[in-house]
Amino acid sequence: MSVLEIKGLHVSVETDQGTKQILRGVDLTINEGEIHAIMGPNGSGKSTLAYTIAGHPKYKVDSGSILLDGEEVTTMTVDQRARAGLFLAMQYPVEIPGVTVTNFLRTAKTAIDGEAPAIRTWIKDVRESMARLRMDKSFAERNVNEGFSGGEKKRNEILQLELLKPKFAVLDETDSGLDVDALKIVSEGVNRAKENTGLGLLLITHYTRILRYITPDFVHVFVDGRIAEQGGPELADRLEDEGYDRFLTESNVG
Amino acid sequence: MPTAEQHGIKEHSDGRFGFVPVQTRSDRFKSVNVADFAPVTGREAVWKLSPVAKFTDLTAGELDGSVYPVESTPNAGITVGWVDRDDSRIGTAGAPEERAAANAWSSFDQALAITVSGEEAKEVTVTRAGLGSAPRGAHTIIDALPFSQAVVILENTGDARLTENVEIILGESANLTVVTLQEWNDGAVHLANHFASIGRDARLKHIVVSLGGSIVRVNPSVRLAGPGSEAELLGLYFADAGQHLEQQVYVNHDAPNSRSRVTYKGALQGTGARTVWIGDVLIGRKAAGTDSYEQNRNLVLTKGTRADSIPNLEIETGDIKGAGHASATGRFDDEQLFYLQARGITEEEARRLVVRGFLSEIVQQIGSAPLEDRLQAAIEAELRGTEEE
Ligand SMILES: Nc1ncnc2c1ncn2[C@@H]1O[C@H](COP(=O)(O)OP(=O)(O)OP(=O)(O)O)[C@@H](O)[C@H]1O
Ligand SMILES: [Mg+2]
Repeated sequence: MSVLEIKGLHVSVETDQGTKQILRGVDLTINEGEIHAIMGPNGSGKSTLAYTIAGHPKYKVDSGSILLDGEEVTTMTVDQRARAGLFLAMQYPVEIPGVTVTNFLRTAKTAIDGEAPAIRTWIKDVRESMARLRMDKSFAERNVNEGFSGGEKKRNEILQLELLKPKFAVLDETDSGLDVDALKIVSEGVNRAKENTGLGLLLITHYTRILRYITPDFVHVFVDGRIAEQGGPELADRLEDEGYDRFLTESNVG
Repeated sequence: MPTAEQHGIKEHSDGRFGFVPVQTRSDRFKSVNVADFAPVTGREAVWKLSPVAKFTDLTAGELDGSVYPVESTPNAGITVGWVDRDDSRIGTAGAPEERAAANAWSSFDQALAITVSGEEAKEVTVTRAGLGSAPRGAHTIIDALPFSQAVVILENTGDARLTENVEIILGESANLTVVTLQEWNDGAVHLANHFASIGRDARLKHIVVSLGGSIVRVNPSVRLAGPGSEAELLGLYFADAGQHLEQQVYVNHDAPNSRSRVTYKGALQGTGARTVWIGDVLIGRKAAGTDSYEQNRNLVLTKGTRADSIPNLEIETGDIKGAGHASATGRFDDEQLFYLQARGITEEEARRLVVRGFLSEIVQQIGSAPLEDRLQAAIEAELRGTEEE
């Protein structure tokens, strides 16, 4: 049984105006098979948490730790973390010129598994996943994210989630910019990945609408760099009705 | 905060009208005689982006114009041999527009002639590996007779301080591919002008691949001389620390219904890596129905590099099918690296993946499988080269 533990995490970033503290003591434990939703206002530090888990070099861990099955993650390189079983579906996926989706997926799969996938089953897996995510076959030969619409980029992230089979995935606002149909397709993809591999999920979102399709076990309200409140799915409904106002009384809006 | 924006990318492209140079390209002074050119200062249009002080021996000095060792793969339908200066083909494809080219023209004893005949597909590789490090002038003719077809690969390795002219003559309906491959030793200096003249309904594919050498400047100048003629000009270069790789491409549409495509792609890696691409397209008064497009793309892998990319388009007739250009220099940046690494790919592998992908668009169009494989391997070696430094 896998577990991802975040303990007392403090993170800062260097800006032109000096060091800026963003995360101020995050504690969170995610077990395999659990879905945790993190909700919070703009600028509260949600993406920072996601990038810090993935190891983005801009974010400096001042104290605290992230443990994957007891192993310290914060000292690993970005690619080591991915190979250890962490996955980040990005809020703004990057375009990679000159690298086709097919080539990229095969290279990533080979890196993560430590060996090249068996050609025939791999091609079939890719094709089927793309079909389920309603991605046209032509995407396979396009350069990664180049000229993709916002929704297509998000599908491409979930395609990778399905194929790379991580132990834990952080989805950073995967729902934003999706229309209802795309939201359903993407949510189905996430649910399918979870059924097939039993991965644990950290679902970062600004709105509750994705939670209609992906039911969280836990909801955390994130404000000003830390978790301000947690509860079950009912907390999401409350946030839907009341907004974040009651959490923002004394802290800045960012 | 990381965003999806492609940091540092400068791009411009347009459908039709480009920058108009001060002087019409076809009006430039031409002469085969070195004495007709003033000493090079570095301020001339053709030299202003080149490190001219590093090769005054080639622009102003005396050159060795003797024949040199050449190896070629045997092939029926292709002859390779030396011909005298009075060979009637010499001077039919073009003439020098600058002093280094004229110096070579004034100096060579005999020209190397590669003559292609016969309609069946065939390939020849002509290798120069022993030019030595004394300043040299040379002249080559590639003559594709009417209706002939071939792939001619010019391979350059070893030391060189060379200025040369290569004339490429395509008879009616000839179909010729010329690949010039620069894999010189580190210190080599190579200044080349290729002049091509393409006859009625003939098709030239011309590919410049510059990887090795200290200063490598290969300037193809192509005249679409016959109606329905076609030119596809491709280039691939990979500059690493301290290297200067330059190409000035000139396409002169001088007949109706001619077509040209220019695609050059370059990668730069390491301090002082420098590339220059100038692409001039002239659509002359006779060139009704022209279809033309040129583009240059550069991929910057590290800091401390400089890529110049200058497209020029001159149109003298209103009756054209299409003309456009595009130029972009983009950085392989930290966000791209992060994205790839976040999928388990190591930094080294990520760079390889991006460069290989970027340059393979050109490699795949060469049309010789063994050469394509060899170039992929050479690109990998380039990537490894700077990592080891
Ligand atoms: N690289 C950076 N440089 C400077 N400031 C940053 C950087 N990354 C994040 N910040 C700042 O840290 C704070 C938290 O940003 P973060 O992106 O984590 O918020 P978020 O909760 O994901 O917001 P959103 O809902 O808008 O996505 C913001 O004030 C942001 O401007
Ligand atoms: Mg965010």
